[in-house]
Amino acid sequence: MSRLQKLFNNKQNLLSIYLTAGYPQRNAMLELIPLLAKNGVDFIEAGMPYSDPLADGKTIQHSSSIALKNGMNLELYFKQIKQVRYKTDIPILFMGYFNQVLKYGIESFLQQCSDSGIEALIIPDLTPEIYQKYYQKIFKKYDLGLSFLITPTTSDERIALIDSLTTAFIYVVSISGTTGKTDDFSAKQIAYFKRIKKLTTRNPKMIGFGIDTASKYRIVNTYADGAIIGSAFIKAISDNDYKQKAVDFVRKIKS
Amino acid sequence: MKYTTDKLGFYGNYGGSFIPELLHRNVAELQKNYLKIIETKDFQTEFQNLLRDYVGRPSPLYPAKRLSQKYGAKIYLKREDLNHTGAHKINNTIGQILLAKRMGKTRIIAETGAGQHGVATATVAALTGLQCVIYMGEKDMARQTPNVARMRMLGAEVRPATSGSKTLKDATNEAIRDWINNPDDTFYIIGSVVGPHPYPDMVARFQSVISEEMQMQLAAQTGREYPDKIIACIGGGSNAAGAYYYFLDNEKVELISVEAGGLGIDSGHSAATGVLGSNGVIHGSMTLLMQDKDGQIVEPYSISAGLDYPGIGPLHAHLIKTGRTRLVTATDQQALAAGLQLTRLEGIIPALESAHALAALDMLNFKPDEIVVVNLSGRGDKDMDTYLNNLSL
Ligand SMILES: Cc1ncc(COP(=O)(O)O)c(C=O)c1O
Repeated sequence: MSRLQKLFNNKQNLLSIYLTAGYPQRNAMLELIPLLAKNGVDFIEAGMPYSDPLADGKTIQHSSSIALKNGMNLELYFKQIKQVRYKTDIPILFMGYFNQVLKYGIESFLQQCSDSGIEALIIPDLTPEIYQKYYQKIFKKYDLGLSFLITPTTSDERIALIDSLTTAFIYVVSISGTTGKTDDFSAKQIAYFKRIKKLTTRNPKMIGFGIDTASKYRIVNTYADGAIIGSAFIKAISDNDYKQKAVDFVRKIKS
Repeated sequence: MKYTTDKLGFYGNYGGSFIPELLHRNVAELQKNYLKIIETKDFQTEFQNLLRDYVGRPSPLYPAKRLSQKYGAKIYLKREDLNHTGAHKINNTIGQILLAKRMGKTRIIAETGAGQHGVATATVAALTGLQCVIYMGEKDMARQTPNVARMRMLGAEVRPATSGSKTLKDATNEAIRDWINNPDDTFYIIGSVVGPHPYPDMVARFQSVISEEMQMQLAAQTGREYPDKIIACIGGGSNAAGAYYYFLDNEKVELISVEAGGLGIDSGHSAATGVLGSNGVIHGSMTLLMQDKDGQIVEPYSISAGLDYPGIGPLHAHLIKTGRTRLVTATDQQALAAGLQLTRLEGIIPALESAHALAALDMLNFKPDEIVVVNLSGRGDKDMDTYLNNLSL
């Protein structure tokens, strides 16, 4: 059983943090991941910055562009993940866009993920249909999880398809929108969370996008196995004092 | 050889739909409905009438005598520059806005590079009374100011894209994000044969009127309904797709695709995707793409805003890889010179994009009596500043 699966079996109210590798400084991830693990974060989505992140709002566009300017690239990314692996066994997921995987060579990429101690991948622009037809066979050769996204406009029937292909957790996107929207939850969103909670799926569910406060973190945990926080964390760690800010942020969310 | 899409929207290895789940419902809705709607009689009647009465079609096929003399071939210009709003772009926007209305959408968004697609979209939005937001790279807003003014006068809101190279690629990113954030009422009118399935196929169909007319006009003027060569410039590839469409299966017609060579293919400052690109995903489709070894998209460069794009429509990637089209590149300087030449020989000031197609005439050998059609995709009014700043007139 993978570390990630064990986590889902044994724990509730999970907290996952998304960070952009190379942000705010080139080597920040080396210290941030162990620090987050120590402060009660359950697993990490390590985002490989991309030049054209379509599903992301301003905050992650910005962190991605800074990270690329800081010299983050895939070679360094995998090197840093390997280094982090010596310090903590917190589960780490790769998050990035399909073109990055494709250009590297899918098999080589998955091999690298495996070798670096990555547990699973989130690739928002790889659709279930295309995955099934062209790539599932290759992915199955590796012992890596894969998460697909669902959104408020995903039908129950389609969620069943996505559940059947998912091998990590279902990423429940809280809104019809890009990352980083911080409005309070609407009645419509809560109704959506309720609908999702009722659906029996093989995979655990994590709710993400737009979660930025302790109260929202508490709310989503009543409907899913945990929450994923990205933009709000990225915003919080924008300066030189990012390590302390990261710790403060997690404490506040868990308070 | 097959030049149409399969079920998942692939032309051979290129195309498909690589989109975040957030766009799934909208794209699937479009995939399900586009052919059903555009093949109805009601749609076709309204579309054809507008192309005739509003756009001014058919656009002339003009035998360019002095140009022909110079190159020793029979050169015809397909005059898309004479369309309402000054380019081929309006053929597509009329089609898409009629589709948007039938799908009950009330808000229109679009990206634009040269501003021609933005103007063509703002125009049909005014025509149909729909709200309209246009995304345009900040750099392009500065180099195509007349078109920014036109869009605003037409009632569209022009939003600057300030990320990346601040050009067409970034405007497209912003438009896609807008669509993600407005999933209910918004229709995204894409300006070229790019984007997730069904856009490449849909836009090619709307632009196919160009080659449909060419067949009839050539038959009337030359006695043969197909030319020996068709030359078109490629940004995303919509004017070329339209000019090639009915000739794709006729291997006797040589298709010559002209990309923007910028400061030169080896200079690191060009937009010659077909030459420099490798397989990749951009704006929702698998195609040829200018990228680095990590799959980061490389910022392109061209003097022509409409060609300044690091990708290429998946149909064209397929045509290139199967050898159906011949690729040529024209540098900024070659395009400027070709634009000036057409102006002085024929009294037609072409768009800088179209000037790239004209520049290919210098790179090809012609048999006497060969029939060559250059797709003159647009007029040069929007480019006067660039022409004046770069040519010593
Ligand atoms: C006049 C003109 N020609 C060509 C293009 C390039 O687009 P495409 O390759 O889709 O025809 C543009 C784009 O703005 C244009 O304005």
